[in-house]
Amino acid sequence: MDQILLQILNGLDKGSAYALIALGLTLIFGTLGVVNFAHGALFMIGAFCAVTLQKILSLSTITIDPTKTDFLGNPAKIKTPYVEAWFGPEMGAAIIDWSVPLAILFSIPIMILIGFIMERGLIKHFYSRPHADQILVTFGLAIVLQEIIKQNFGANPIPTPAPDVFRGSFDFGMLLGFDPNAIIYPYWRIIYFVFSMIVISGVFAFLRFTTFGMVVRAGMADRETVGLLGINIDKRFTIMFGIAAAVAGMAGVMYAPINSPNYHMGMDFLVLSFVVVVVGGMGSLPGAVLAGFLLGILESFASMNEIKQFLPGIDQIIIYLTAIVILLVRPRGLMGKRGVMEE
Amino acid sequence: MSNSKLTRRGLLKTGAVAGAGLAMPTLFTGNVWAAAHGGYTNAPSNGKVILGFNVPQSGPYADEGADELRAYELAVEHLNGGGDGGMMNTFSSKALDGTGILGNKVEFVTGDTQTKSDAARASAKSMIEKDGAVMITGGSSSGVAIAVQGLCQEAGVIFMAGLTHSNDTTGKDKKANGFRHFFNGYMSAAALAPVLGKMYGTDRKAYHLTADYTWGWTQQASIAAATEAMGWETVNNVLTPLATTDFSSYVAPVLNSGADVLVLNHYGGNMVNSLTAAVQFGLRAKEVNGKNFEIVVPLYSRLMAKGAGENVKGIFGSTNWHWSLQDEGSKAFVKSFGTKYGFPPSQAAHTVYCQTLLYADACQRAGTHNPCGVAEALEGFDFDGLGNGPTHYRADDHQCFKDVLVVKGKENPENEFDLLEIVEVTPRAQVEYAPDHPMFAGGELGKCNPGA
Repeated sequence: MDQILLQILNGLDKGSAYALIALGLTLIFGTLGVVNFAHGALFMIGAFCAVTLQKILSLSTITIDPTKTDFLGNPAKIKTPYVEAWFGPEMGAAIIDWSVPLAILFSIPIMILIGFIMERGLIKHFYSRPHADQILVTFGLAIVLQEIIKQNFGANPIPTPAPDVFRGSFDFGMLLGFDPNAIIYPYWRIIYFVFSMIVISGVFAFLRFTTFGMVVRAGMADRETVGLLGINIDKRFTIMFGIAAAVAGMAGVMYAPINSPNYHMGMDFLVLSFVVVVVGGMGSLPGAVLAGFLLGILESFASMNEIKQFLPGIDQIIIYLTAIVILLVRPRGLMGKRGVMEE
Repeated sequence: MSNSKLTRRGLLKTGAVAGAGLAMPTLFTGNVWAAAHGGYTNAPSNGKVILGFNVPQSGPYADEGADELRAYELAVEHLNGGGDGGMMNTFSSKALDGTGILGNKVEFVTGDTQTKSDAARASAKSMIEKDGAVMITGGSSSGVAIAVQGLCQEAGVIFMAGLTHSNDTTGKDKKANGFRHFFNGYMSAAALAPVLGKMYGTDRKAYHLTADYTWGWTQQASIAAATEAMGWETVNNVLTPLATTDFSSYVAPVLNSGADVLVLNHYGGNMVNSLTAAVQFGLRAKEVNGKNFEIVVPLYSRLMAKGAGENVKGIFGSTNWHWSLQDEGSKAFVKSFGTKYGFPPSQAAHTVYCQTLLYADACQRAGTHNPCGVAEALEGFDFDGLGNGPTHYRADDHQCFKDVLVVKGKENPENEFDLLEIVEVTPRAQVEYAPDHPMFAGGELGKCNPGA
C-alpha cells in the first residue's frame, strides 16, 4: 500500500509539470489556434531564469590570495559575492540560497516579454497558415532557443538547488498512519505540486471570474462575434500568449531544483505534453490538467519493478499506449469538444 | 510554341557524358585514387593526413564531447609542432617530432554522434568516404563506440576508442582495427570493491539502478560480481532507459527494499539526475539495517561531479585519470590544456589526447598509416609518460592496462575544479584479467582490414 501511495505522489509530481506545460499549450491553441511546438523551450527558458538569477546573485569580486594556488600552481583567485559584501556574509548567503523562489518574480516579466515578442514577431504571421506550417516554424524556433541556451550556458546540467530549508525529505507516511520511513517524500516535490495547483487554480479563476477572462472565453467560443462587438480580441489573445509563456516559465523555474536545468529539457517534455493535450482533448483546459495528472501517475506506476517484470519496457510506452486506448474510445480526448481541429 | 528536340534518351546520354567529365579530375586526385595508390583506405596525399573526431556534440554526453574536441585540437596542435608539446615531451616513445605524422601535416574533421549509434555511424561513414579520414576516434557512449568500431573494421580504418567503458568494447565486440586506452567496467569494479569493503564493511545489501544499454549491463555485472565476491548481496537491479530524466519513480522503491547501498550505474546527465533524485529522497540521511545508507557511483568524472553539485560529496567511484595526478605526463597535460582553455581537462579529454598521440606514434614507428602496420605497432606496446604510470596495450584484445584511480566527492573543495579527491591509486596488477575471462568472452578480434 505504501508503495502505491508513493507512486501516486510521484505521479502527481510528474503530472504537475505535464499539466502546467499542457495548460499553456492549450491556452495558446484555444485562443490563437496555434500549435506551439516552442512551448517546451519556454519551460526550459523558465528554468534558465533561475540559473541566471543564481548567477547574477553570485556575481563576485575577485581578489588574489597568494597563500593558495590554483590548478596551474598560480596564486588562487578568491571570489566574494557582491551581495555578501553589501548585505553581510549571512544575509548575502541567504539571498543566494533563495535564488529559485526569487526567480519566480524575476521570470514573470521576462517570460511575458518573450511571449509578446514571439507572438508579435513570428507567430502572428502564421495564423492563417496550415497547422503543419505552424508546427514547423515553432519547432524550428524551439531548436534555435535551445542552441542559444547551449551556447551561453554550456551542455552540462547546472545545479540550481532549492533553499536549504526545503532540501531533504519529509515522512509523509507518518501523517497517514504508516510506519516511520514508509513514505518519504522530498519537500521540494511537495512544494512543486502545491505550486502547480495554485497556478492552475489561478489561471482558471482568472478566466472564470474576471471581465478580461470572460471576454477571452467568449473569443475562444466565437472570435468573429466578439470582434463585431468592437472588442480588440487580438490584443487580449496576445496577452493570453504572454500569460501562457509565464505559466511555462514559472513551471520551469520551480522544476530547476528537481532536475538540474540543461539545454534539452524543453524537448524532453515537449512530445509528452502534446500527448497530454491530445489525450485531454484539444482546446480543453480542464482536459489538459486532468490528462497531465493521469498520465503522470500511470507513467510512475509503469516504472515500478513489479510491473516491469511482467511487462518489460512498459514504462517507455505507457503514455502512448494510454493515448491510443483513450483516442479509440473517445476520439476527441477526455474532455475534447466537437469541431476543434476537425475541419 | 517551342519545339524542343531534347529527348529522354538524349538527356540521359548528355548527363552521363557531363557527369564523367566532371568526375574525371577528382577521380585521379581524390580519395579513391589515393586509396588505390596507398593500398589501404584513405592513404594521406598532398602532404596532409586527415583524422576524424566523432564526438557527441548534443545529447546527454555533450559536455564530455566538447571537452574531447578541445583535447583533440590540442593534440593536433602539438603533433604539428605548435604549443608547448604537452605530453609529447613526457611520452616514453620519442618517435614524434612535431612535424605531423610521417611528415604529413595533421588536419581533422569532426562529427556529431548525438549519442546515437545510427547518427554516429553516419557521421563516421561520411568522414571516411567524403573527407578521407584515415583514422576515426571519439565516443562518449559504449553503444556508439561499438557501432563505430564495427564500421571502421568494415571500412578498413583504425578506430581509437574514446570514452567507452563497457566490457564489450574489447570483449565480445572487439575488433582488430579497434583500440581502447580507457579502462572498463571490470577494472572499475576490481579497483573499487576493496575500497568499498574497507569503508562500508562486507555485509551490505546493494540495490542497482542501471542504464539500459551495453555499458550499463556490463558495468552492473562487474560491480555486482566484485562486491558479491566480498560478501555483499545484490537485492535488485533495475534497468533505466537512457532517455530518463526524472528518476524519482526508480529511486522511491529503494526506500523500502531493505537495501543499504544504492549503486548508480549511470553516467553523464543520467547520473546527475539519478543522484540528485536519490539525495532529494533523503537516502543519504537514512539508516537501514543499523548502517548508514550509502550511494556509490562506479564511474565518475569531474564534469559529472560539477553537474551534480554538492550531491557528490563523500560518494565513492572510480575514474580513468584525474587532473590532480602528480606524474610528469599528467602535469604537462594539465599545464598545456589549462593554459589554452582556462580550466583543467577531464578524463574524457585525457583519454582522447592519449589516443591521438598513441595513433600518431604507432604510424611513425610503423612507417605507414596502413591499419595493419599501425595495429602491429600498437599491439603489445609498452609505454609511459601519458599519466597512470607504465601502460601496456594488450595484443589479445587491444585493451590498455594501467593503474586505476578510486576517487571520492570532495567534502571541502578549494575551488570550482576541486570536486574529486583521489583515495587510492589501484595498481595495474589488481585490475588485470585474462583475455578469455567470462565477462569478455565471445567474439573474435579477427584480422586487421586495410580496406581499399
